[in-house]
Parts: sequence; C-alpha cells; structure tokens
Amino acid sequence: MKKKYFLNANIVDPHNSIEEIGGLIINEEGKIEAIGKKVNKNNIPSREKFIDLKEKYIFPGLVDMRVFVGEPGYEYKENFKTLSNAAIAGGVTSVVTMPNTSPVIDNVSIVDFLKRRGRDKAKINIFPAASLTKNLEGTNMTEFGLLKKKGIIGFTDGTKTIQNTRLMSRIMKSAYDLDCLIMQHAEDLELSKNGMMNDGIISTKLGLQGIPDIAEKIIIERDLTLLEDLNCRYHVSQISSSKSVGIIEQKKEVVSFTTGVSINNLSLNENDIGDFRTFLKLSPPLRTEDDRISLIKGINKNLIDVIVSDHKPEDEESKRLTFSQAATGASGVETLLPLSLELFHNGSVKLFKLIELLTSNPAKILKINKGNLSIGNDADFCIADIYKPWIVKKEKIVSKSKNTCIDDKKLQGQVVNTFVKGEELFKI
Amino acid sequence: MAINSNKAIKISQKHLLGIQDLSISDVNLILSEAKKFISLNKSKNKKIDILKGKTQINLFFEPSTRTQSSFELAGKRLGADVMSMNITNSAIKKGETLIDTAMTLNAMHPDIIVIRHQDSGACNLLSQKVNCAVLNAGDGRREHPTQALLDALTIIDRKNKIQGLRIAICGDILHSRVARSNIYLLNMLGAEVNIIAPSNLLPKDISKMGVNTFSNMKKGLKDCDIVMMLRLQNERMTSSFLSSNREYYEYYGLTPDKLDEAKNDALIMHPGPMNRGIEIDTKLADDINKSVIKEQVELGVAVRMACLKIFCE
Repeated sequence: MKKKYFLNANIVDPHNSIEEIGGLIINEEGKIEAIGKKVNKNNIPSREKFIDLKEKYIFPGLVDMRVFVGEPGYEYKENFKTLSNAAIAGGVTSVVTMPNTSPVIDNVSIVDFLKRRGRDKAKINIFPAASLTKNLEGTNMTEFGLLKKKGIIGFTDGTKTIQNTRLMSRIMKSAYDLDCLIMQHAEDLELSKNGMMNDGIISTKLGLQGIPDIAEKIIIERDLTLLEDLNCRYHVSQISSSKSVGIIEQKKEVVSFTTGVSINNLSLNENDIGDFRTFLKLSPPLRTEDDRISLIKGINKNLIDVIVSDHKPEDEESKRLTFSQAATGASGVETLLPLSLELFHNGSVKLFKLIELLTSNPAKILKINKGNLSIGNDADFCIADIYKPWIVKKEKIVSKSKNTCIDDKKLQGQVVNTFVKGEELFKI
Repeated sequence: MAINSNKAIKISQKHLLGIQDLSISDVNLILSEAKKFISLNKSKNKKIDILKGKTQINLFFEPSTRTQSSFELAGKRLGADVMSMNITNSAIKKGETLIDTAMTLNAMHPDIIVIRHQDSGACNLLSQKVNCAVLNAGDGRREHPTQALLDALTIIDRKNKIQGLRIAICGDILHSRVARSNIYLLNMLGAEVNIIAPSNLLPKDISKMGVNTFSNMKKGLKDCDIVMMLRLQNERMTSSFLSSNREYYEYYGLTPDKLDEAKNDALIMHPGPMNRGIEIDTKLADDINKSVIKEQVELGVAVRMACLKIFCE
C-alpha cells in the first residue's frame, strides 16, 4: 500500500479531543502515521502526491452498536457482504451484529461460523453479539464466559427483553464475574403486547394497539435498581421517551451504566406514520415530539452515550401489508451519519458531540480500539461533505433491503469516501 | 320514482375510508341522498337502475351479517351487479396478501369495492392499489363510516336535528370502530358526546377527540338525548379487561334505573349484534317507544344506497 496524504481537512476525533483543520498521513501498513494541524503542505515531502480535501470533514469510522444482519437464516434480507457495502456507504466501519438470526447466536459452535463469514465477506469490522438466553427464550442463560473467549463482544436478546426479574439478576451477577457487557432492549412485553406504535391520541385515532412509554421505563427502572446491588457492565440499547430520560437522570447519580438511542427516535415522531406507513413501524416506536425533544436534551446533558442506526433490513414483502401484519424495523446503517448531521444542522446537537456518540463512546463501552484516529491505529475513517444536500431515495439504498423510514427525506451531508485499514473501500 | 342527483354538489373524496376524511358538505350530501331512498325502500317496487351495469364487490374478511347483507341489498336495489367474496374459501387463506388480492380484483374492473377487514388501515392500503372507489365497511378499530352515517340519519329522523343534542356512547370504546366514527361525525354535526366505559376499555387520550369521558354510567347518562350502546365483545373477557359479564351488566348494562338519568324522551341505539342481558336489558332493547334499533337497520340500507350512488359516480 502506498502512503497517503490528506491535507486541509476539518478533522473531528473526539477520542483525542481533536477538532481542527489539518492533515492525515496513512502509512504503508494502513495505519495512521500523523494527524492534525501540524500535518500541512510545508512538512510533507514535495515529491509526494497529496489530496486537498478543501475543508471537507474527516471523522473516525463510525461504530454502530445495533445492526441486524440476516446471516445465518435470513440471507434474503441482508448478508455480511451487503451489510458491509451499506455500512461503508455511510462511513460506518465497525458494527455490532445482533444475535436474532436463525439459528440464534447462542453457542460457541456458531460463533466460529459467524466470524469466518464476517471476515471473508465483510470489509468492515464485525463485532458479533450473542444472546443473553438460549434461543432468545428468556429462560436459560448462555455461556457468557466461553462465548466471550470466542470473541463475542456483548450480550443481548436483541429485539427481546429479559422479562423475568430473577433471571435478570442472575445474568447481572454472571456478567459481573466474567466482565461481560449486557445490552438490554427495554420493553415490558406484557404492557406492550400486540402493540404497534406509541400509545396516545394518534394510536387511538388510527385504531392501532399502543405501546405505552411506561413499558420501557419500568424495565429500565427495574434493571437499574438491580444494578445498584450487582454492578456489571450494563447498557440500555435504546430509549424512546421522556419518561425514560427522566429515570436515567435520577439513576445516573447512583449507578454507572450507559444508554443508547436510535437515530430514528431522534429524527422522527409518531406523526410521521401518517396514513399507516408501515416503513415507520419501529421498535421502540416513534413517540411524540415532546419525547423526541427530551431525547435531544438527554444527549446534551450527557445522559445518552450512543446513537445507533438500529439497522433492521426487512424485505419489501414483509412491509407491503397492513400495519398490524407488517414487520417491525427500518434499514438505516448507511443513513446513520447523514441523518445525525441533521441534528447538527438544525442546531440540536454540536458536531463534536454527535461524532463522539457515533465513534468514541460506543468504542469505549465495547472496550474496542476503534472509533478514533490515534497514531498507530488502523486508519478506519470517512471523509464527509457535511453541507452537501441530497434526497434519500429508496431505489438507491445500498443495503439488500430497501425498507428505509426516511424515503424522500431531504438531508444535508453525505459520506464521500470511506477507508478501512487505510484502504479506500467507498467512493461516491 | 325519480331520483334526481344534484350535480352542483360533489363529494370531495374518491373513497369512503372514514368520517374523518369527510367535510360537513360531504356528510350533508350523503344524508340528503339517503333520505330520498327511505321511501323507495318502503315502496312496492324497490328496484331502480341508476347503477345498472356497475359492478360492486363486497370483500369481507371478517364475519358480518347486517353490514354485508345491507350493502348487498343496497347495491341490488340500485341495479348494480353485486358479488360477495367469501374470504374463507379464497386465496387469502392460501397465503395471498391483501395487495395481491386487490390487484386481482382490480383486473376485473369493478366500479366499487366494499371492504371489511380486521386490521385498522386495511381499506387505506386497498384504496392505494385499485382504480375504483373503496367503501370502508369497518377496519379494525379505526372506522365504520356507514354505521355512523346511518346512526346520524336515525337521530335526525327522530329528533329532526343533531346540533345541541347530548349523546352518550357506552361500552367497549377501546375496540370499537363504531365509537370512533360516531365521535367524528357527531362532533362535526354539533352534538355533545359523552363516552361511558370502564377505564380498561377506554383508549388512551380519547378526550383529545373532543368528548367527555365517564367511568360512572349514571353520571355520563345525565340529561342525554340519545344513548348509544356498543356490543361487549365476549372474547375480551379472557384478557382480563373485565372480571365478569354479570359485574359488567351491573355497572355498565343499560337498565331502566340507569336510563332514568337520561332525558325522558331519550332514544336507545345499538349497532348490533346485541348481547341481551350483558350490555342492555332485554325489555329496553325491545321497547318500541325508546329503542330505535330496528330503524337503524332499516335506514342502514338507505345510507349504503346513497354511498354507493355517490361514490360510484
């Protein structure tokens, strides 16, 4: 690999507290050799070719903590190759894959398969999560220790919640002993049974069964209460409501834990469902505008640590149904950064903060050396033109499934290039 | 009998998916058309031919007696070719999706499709995929527009107005499309609407739809002109919405002593089918001075004739 020189870029690297105009040098091994304002025209050899980025932005490759891949079992929705292509089109270079596959990622034998497929087919870094319970049944724990040794980065039942409180307390004890990360999808399944959208005036008018916001709060409150006694690495996968932000603010004083939020819940609200738009049937559901604003405040008050895409590819057939029959979830890994930038453009969140929640924070929670531009590290990064206007078109979605929930949305900011280990894998 | 359509006024919608899409002039148009059909339906020769050559498909995904027969009769009296699809034998049972069914039917060039479906919004989905008009005969919990229109026609027939009346809707509001359509329509026509139900059967934020809510039936019935009872769906008992039928009857069944709270000339309505002795006292249901339940069925045909005529045009 030839050495690469990028100059005159707006570099944002929250891990190293860098937010300045400067350059980036990638060495022959695809590692970062130098970065920052000290890298400029005056101190690179004149014979070398350099790329003037004209104040475009360089961000560390995004770390997306919540991505569903259809492999194994649902390859028709997404496989490692298509996921990888979609991710790099959005500047995402590391993903945590959910265990909700067929078969479920719940034992060591399947982890080898997963890692092999991930390595052979994906160009990005795949960090697989395993399930908390066998076959996602919520009854028996998986082998946290052995799975972790095989390379499992964290444990979650993905779209399901550990409903049984006694089991949850045991999971936390084991996770403490083995230093494992627990990621809980917080939703009281009894309260949300048959629910399809936020419980409120819109669900009443549309005649759809609602999912009350307290279904989320109750599980978070329960888990954080357990955590006061059993302090393991605990992460709330996604929150969606003002009430959840409230309980997190209270508990932050007592225990340490981390919290994620889907970009969908930060950008959209229940009104977007309009006339039964099944592509906006999501879990957690889109809630009210007040809830959305609370989530943004939560970010600015450091109560929320991570923004995820909650990328859930579903084939068109499972969305072209009535609202109650339609599958839940939206494809979104490739629009995670552009949609997040909307929060910067409309003044909701500072750019540095956004990038922190998309790169260094998730890496820190996962304890991986990704999401940064430290010297000597793999050069995983993206170049973005954050002011470029464009319109999301379903047909142009790179992911195998086109179920975006922001079809026809006007966005500002697009990824121009994505590099993994110093190699340019995506160019617009 | 001559039925002259008033060409000057046209309906604003292509489909009849819900009352919430209609303007007040749409409603008045439908009601005034329906009034013209009331006498036709009582006459010796009930058949006219204004829909001659038109094809009407009734697509019922949920069992229905009165709505389906009412729509079928309405179409036939107007001279349309009516086909009622029996879904239990159809491709849906073989795994065909609603959209595919819609495409198939669309290829047969119907002029109007009447649909009843257990999922809210099913009629909206259908209407996006076919070229003809779609009439909603009930979708999930969302809307049942022709029921609300026939209820309004019945009230106007008896009370000569709706403006200023106090109307109670009692029972399982949570699962009721009839309640939702009636709330929209009665509010639009200027009535005061009281919703009476146990809290377990009230949908979230229903008061934001512009109604008063009561969990005490006597309070809710105070000085009402109309008492509209809803069917208690027995399957709800199993999911512990309620403890028992007899307790429900005690607190929410319409009995003479509770009805005393309403005005002396209050009318009793019910969209049917009724559970006698659960939501309504059997004698009250049959009291010809108070109950207009049979009239509702009768006017239902007229309202559906009016809707078929208007939306076929």
